[in-house]
Amino acid sequence: MRRVAIVGAGITKFVRRAQETGKELSFEATKMALDSCGLTLKDIDMVTLGTAPDAFDGVHMKGEWLSDGAGAWRKPYMRNFVGGGTGVFAPIHGFFHVASGMADTCMVVCEEKMSSCYPHPQGAFKTIFDHTLEQPLNPTLIWIFALEMNRYMNTYGLTKKDIAGVSVKNKRNALDHPSAQIPENITVEDVLNSETLAWPVNRLDISPASDGAAAVILCSEEKAKKITDRPVWISGVGWNIDTAYWATKDLSYPRYVEKAARQAYEMAGIKEPHKEIQVAEPYDPFSYKELHHMEGLLLCKKGEAARMLADGVTERTGNLPTCPSGGALGVGNPIAATGLMKIIEIFLQLRGEAGKRQVPGNPRVGLAQAWGDLMQVGTVVVMKS
Amino acid sequence: MVLEKFELKGTGLKSQAVKDGSVLTMPCNPKLQYSWDTGQAVGRYLDGLKEGKLIGKKCGGCNRIMIPPRMFCELCFKDTGDWVELEDTGKVNTFSICHVNWDASRLPQGALPHLPAVIEIDGASEGMGILHVLGEADPKEIKIGMKVKAVWKTANERAGAITDIRYFKPLR
Repeated sequence: MRRVAIVGAGITKFVRRAQETGKELSFEATKMALDSCGLTLKDIDMVTLGTAPDAFDGVHMKGEWLSDGAGAWRKPYMRNFVGGGTGVFAPIHGFFHVASGMADTCMVVCEEKMSSCYPHPQGAFKTIFDHTLEQPLNPTLIWIFALEMNRYMNTYGLTKKDIAGVSVKNKRNALDHPSAQIPENITVEDVLNSETLAWPVNRLDISPASDGAAAVILCSEEKAKKITDRPVWISGVGWNIDTAYWATKDLSYPRYVEKAARQAYEMAGIKEPHKEIQVAEPYDPFSYKELHHMEGLLLCKKGEAARMLADGVTERTGNLPTCPSGGALGVGNPIAATGLMKIIEIFLQLRGEAGKRQVPGNPRVGLAQAWGDLMQVGTVVVMKS
Repeated sequence: MVLEKFELKGTGLKSQAVKDGSVLTMPCNPKLQYSWDTGQAVGRYLDGLKEGKLIGKKCGGCNRIMIPPRMFCELCFKDTGDWVELEDTGKVNTFSICHVNWDASRLPQGALPHLPAVIEIDGASEGMGILHVLGEADPKEIKIGMKVKAVWKTANERAGAITDIRYFKPLR
């Protein structure tokens, strides 16, 4: 396999409802990625696009529909989709193209426009449940998070208060992210006093529905050295899926994330992730998910992520900063674009270019992770400068 | 590159701008209809529900008794074997107390919260559970590990659907 570098990145603002179409958002992110490293579309060999369910936009063959905005016409192109895990899978898909030698340059674009589906994009989520045995019970997407969060809390004796700090940290970190949709200075009490939607989940435990797009450019080593003196290498990738049957898996622990992480760590030569990973962007669509994912990523022992949060270890100034971007909870959650936003954050952190969000200590090793489907998909990328 | 040096695109709309027509939108209201085949395993499961029984299926490879029943074992990757009648009791693996509708709007004032739960069914293998709802239960008293029993619709009302079980109630 050839080495693969990230050399450029682009992103839009994340907003509740964008005036721009999905194609226009894709164009803006793609164009910015090209501009960021002085390339033009002629320099791009292949294009891959990640976007979540067609039902959000109400457009079937969404990949084909968005392709001109992604700069894909008259190029080898494919859409990839693994639910909420898509945003971190898309660069893995691009990695295949370059690592294999099939392409020297690959544009990776992620887009989501959730606002087209009204009165609420939750309507599109209803159909992810088993049509015969679950949809007749009128489930909402919040149920599955509430059920998993309760099991997680019960297994490790955690309280809502132990978890609420994730929302506080991430929304505060987002104050420094120019794309952020709901950055805020709030307290643990604010989270605990916000409306209970489905116990144990409160309104401030949840990321918003969003519109937005993001893009990165991947290159072979030879190309990368001509484009930038600060390439960031994709040094490990992993992805994994587990059963969708309720309670056939342990809801308190994301084993599929661990399997994806182990795959990525082995490839990147990482033996002790809790010591070697210096900055991380675990997927945080709900507050407890950041902690759940830190455990799956082997960044701490099972049930101990809340302790790290309480001790300040995961603050930007801590030993293992998590979601320095502000995460899905603060920057916003346009599903596929969120995962790629996390990749971009690690790219910038490892180049020392994260501005006010920069974590101290010149980090050289970081990771981004996304998660999706019915509590069953994990996608992980390890990056090194 | 530093994000702050770019003028990031993306124009946030206010819902008022859409309502008053100052920004144009194109409405769409597709009327798609589906009829899902239940398949062999779930079809038999639904037949059982109509008779007021919970039916699982056993894998001859790993000996797991599975509910909902499946024609193939995803672990052994071979055909499953015998149908097995299970108890209509179980224990709560996890639950939620839900105050909102599917679109995150609040349930009407005074409405009882929805009580979704994963229930591990007695007679199935350790950890095998189904999604259903609880009833006749005080939300304050629901606990993980609590024993519950199915409350069935009457034979005349049962249609061969998961909702033939109205809910699971605490076993006292």
